[in-house]
Amino acid sequence: MLSDSDRIFTNLYGFQDWGLKGAQARGDWDGTKALMERGQDEIVDEIKASGLRGRGGAGFPTGLKMSFMPKENDGRPSYLVVNADEGEPGTCKDRDIMRHDPHKLVEGCLLAGYAMRAVAAYIYIRGEFHTEANNLEAAIQQARDAGLLGRNACGSGYNFDVFVHRGAGAYICGEETALIESLEGKKGQPRLKPPFPAGVGVWGCPTTVNNVESIAVIPTILRRSAAWFAGIGRENNTGTKIFCISGHVERPCNVEEEMGIPMRELIEKHAGGVRGGWDNLQAVIPGGASVPILPKSICDNQLMDFDSLREVKSGLGTAAVIVMDKSTDVVRAIARLSQFYKHESCGQCTPCREGTGWMWRVMERLVRGEAEVAEIDLLLEVTYQVEGHTICALGDAAAWPIQGLIRHFRPEIEARILDARQPADAAD
Amino acid sequence: MTAVAEQMDAFTFSEENRAQAEAVIQRYPPGRQASAVMPLLDLAQRQNDGWLPRAAMHHIAEMLEMPRIRVYEVATFYTMYNLAPVGKYRVQVCTTTPCWLRGSDDVVAACKAKLGIGFGETTADGLFTLQEVECLGACVNAPMIQVNDEYYEDLDGPRTEAVLDALAKGETPAPGPQNSRHTSEPEGGPTTLEAFRGDD
Repeated sequence: MLSDSDRIFTNLYGFQDWGLKGAQARGDWDGTKALMERGQDEIVDEIKASGLRGRGGAGFPTGLKMSFMPKENDGRPSYLVVNADEGEPGTCKDRDIMRHDPHKLVEGCLLAGYAMRAVAAYIYIRGEFHTEANNLEAAIQQARDAGLLGRNACGSGYNFDVFVHRGAGAYICGEETALIESLEGKKGQPRLKPPFPAGVGVWGCPTTVNNVESIAVIPTILRRSAAWFAGIGRENNTGTKIFCISGHVERPCNVEEEMGIPMRELIEKHAGGVRGGWDNLQAVIPGGASVPILPKSICDNQLMDFDSLREVKSGLGTAAVIVMDKSTDVVRAIARLSQFYKHESCGQCTPCREGTGWMWRVMERLVRGEAEVAEIDLLLEVTYQVEGHTICALGDAAAWPIQGLIRHFRPEIEARILDARQPADAAD
Repeated sequence: MTAVAEQMDAFTFSEENRAQAEAVIQRYPPGRQASAVMPLLDLAQRQNDGWLPRAAMHHIAEMLEMPRIRVYEVATFYTMYNLAPVGKYRVQVCTTTPCWLRGSDDVVAACKAKLGIGFGETTADGLFTLQEVECLGACVNAPMIQVNDEYYEDLDGPRTEAVLDALAKGETPAPGPQNSRHTSEPEGGPTTLEAFRGDD
């Protein structure tokens, strides 16, 4: 288990002052100028060496992503955009960073923005996060008033500002190019790539979009060294991670833990265990709604990191652990996610617009058992027709939960279909 | 939601909101004022009792030098813009899987029984509008509802009724967890961060 001295988000639960004074007491904004004086390339190299992988779900190496930004200015300014459109069902970690530790994010914006030669950062926060956006805006103003942002930020000679942009209710804006469209004042519909944002992003300028948690850990990595961060967790899966443990546990919570922690240890140490004990576990969605569900047999010895979960055909995603005990109708749990994706499809690509509705309607029939057994394979086939055939990953995200369900719970689905055919009086 | 609203003839920002709108536009680079369309629509909606008449969209289109159709596209794409009048309290119940696992069915039932309306409806006194929404990102405090700007978390049937009762009486119930929790820590106290309690 991670020791408190290695935890980055020491005000995760908001027991202390989230403002500048409290943040400085916890070590934020300490010697920021000296960190900047190490130089832009050095900062990027340090992030690369830390092994930090993007905390928004895809797990792309953060330092490498930063290095894609142009070093020579062609007349266009560069921008850092922070993805705070947290909406992956099960996920509520960025919310805690923004309402309880906003200065970590603001300082991270300055350091990451400086390293990628950006002139400003725009934090795109989901519109429903009202308190969170207010705290973040207040933190930014505190930093400006203290000379930490704005002209000659932290006395570094570098000019940099941070702005908050509030969304208005659209899951799709968590996709980076949809987010950029939305920031430009349009419908949030994803763009085709290439061109990638580092070449042509917001307002046609070089842009990097990073998750809140990825940016907020950067100041601590620079202060405590890449070696410290890389020493936590496992190879290629380094550092600490905020886990969101929801569903059928005794005490749902957010907690910062070591990457690669065993799932069972995570749930039992911090969330009071599965409701009714570990043996009452049926399944876990380990990384937010879009990653495939895992049955208990896999969960028993599962490590929580990108590569370990990839090996069992699931994913770490946002590290949102959704626990389901044996009382759960798993078919219905996944059908509800299908409804979510149908609701959130932006409608741009035909396979997703039509496919999410189609998959949801079949899932609803499977919940009631009103289907033919052969339709399970038909549904599976449709998920493959959607997956990989759309501009963005929402189509994939809608397909994967269903694929996971069929992979691990096919007998359950079949039994329900056969049961529904029995005359009512013969059911027991 | 899809009902055709009786429209207003004209809309202009109040003096205070006009100043705020100008400040918002300044956050974006010169010539990129269209980026301010979302915050301005939000501002207009707040000024207009929680809904957006077409006249407000036209006013914003003019301010930002955008074609009206571009403003309509934005106003109809995002779920937080209400295109028809809503109640004083907009009660949004999350029923996505993490909330459903923790009993959002009970929360829905409590809302419907207490308010006597279904999803998408407004009470006759104009006080409450009830809506079903997708994940609001408070999953470790499930089940939860959002009322206007505030989250009410760790609900069950009776706690939901208590929140609605308080609102009906004109009170403002304290937002956040409706049990003994502070925020997102495990109930009963954190398992970590021993030295970082207190002073709040």
